[in-house]
Amino acid sequence: MFASDVLIAQNIGFAIIATIMVIGALRVVTTSNVVHAALWLVVVLAGAAAQYILLAAEFVAITQVLVYIGAVMVLFLFGTMLTRARIGAESDLNNKNWYFGIPVALALFVAMAMALDSGFGSQKMPANPAVATTQEISDQIFGPYLLPFWALSFVLLAAVVGAIVLARRD
Amino acid sequence: MLVNQFLILAAVLFCIGVYGVIARKNAVLVLMSIELILNSVNINLLAFSMRNGSLDGHTFALYIIAIAAAEVGVGLAMVLLMYRNRRSIDLDELSEMKG
Repeated sequence: MFASDVLIAQNIGFAIIATIMVIGALRVVTTSNVVHAALWLVVVLAGAAAQYILLAAEFVAITQVLVYIGAVMVLFLFGTMLTRARIGAESDLNNKNWYFGIPVALALFVAMAMALDSGFGSQKMPANPAVATTQEISDQIFGPYLLPFWALSFVLLAAVVGAIVLARRD
Repeated sequence: MLVNQFLILAAVLFCIGVYGVIARKNAVLVLMSIELILNSVNINLLAFSMRNGSLDGHTFALYIIAIAAAEVGVGLAMVLLMYRNRRSIDLDELSEMKG
């Protein structure tokens, strides 16, 4: 009885957050103001963090807030500020042939929805999933997935050096 | 909770991101659409992680977050370079490669 109540509450929470996320994502790709697009992207990323918590992934959710909403958003706003003199609405943010994107996206979605429906139908999530603790995740990262972690360190190093080399004035 | 509700949400976000990459001309907005796509992948990874009761998805979601941060850093550096050289970040004006 109690478990089913929790599941219903989870579903209501999922529906609300998912609706907000989809609206935010649509505004990101349709708004005519770059700064507004960045702020709508914050809404989507925060919604994604909430979905991660719903998926029992606390550490990833916190990392999402720190890295995306904290760092990536600042980068985007700085990029907007440094490349655009005016902050207001602009009319020429879309390609001439922007409407080609609609059938492509719709066809892609229909294909994926059909594949997901036939693949997972009405499969349910486990009713009482174990919450992934930070210790377990660190055991994963520094245990079986150590090699990708090293590779990732080099990718980040290369990205930092590359960004400095690209953006430097000389 | 169904498995599919998360996967369908991720598919919707992915398609919106693809639409943004196709439709947008401004390079910063294209990068934002790519962020939408990467986030939808993360939702998928965590949904499958919960379904299978394993932690591999969490690890890879963290790796993808790190890769996305690196990608945005390099991407915005390239956009800055583009702006400095041409005073414009419209992607359809980068057409020297056209034969």
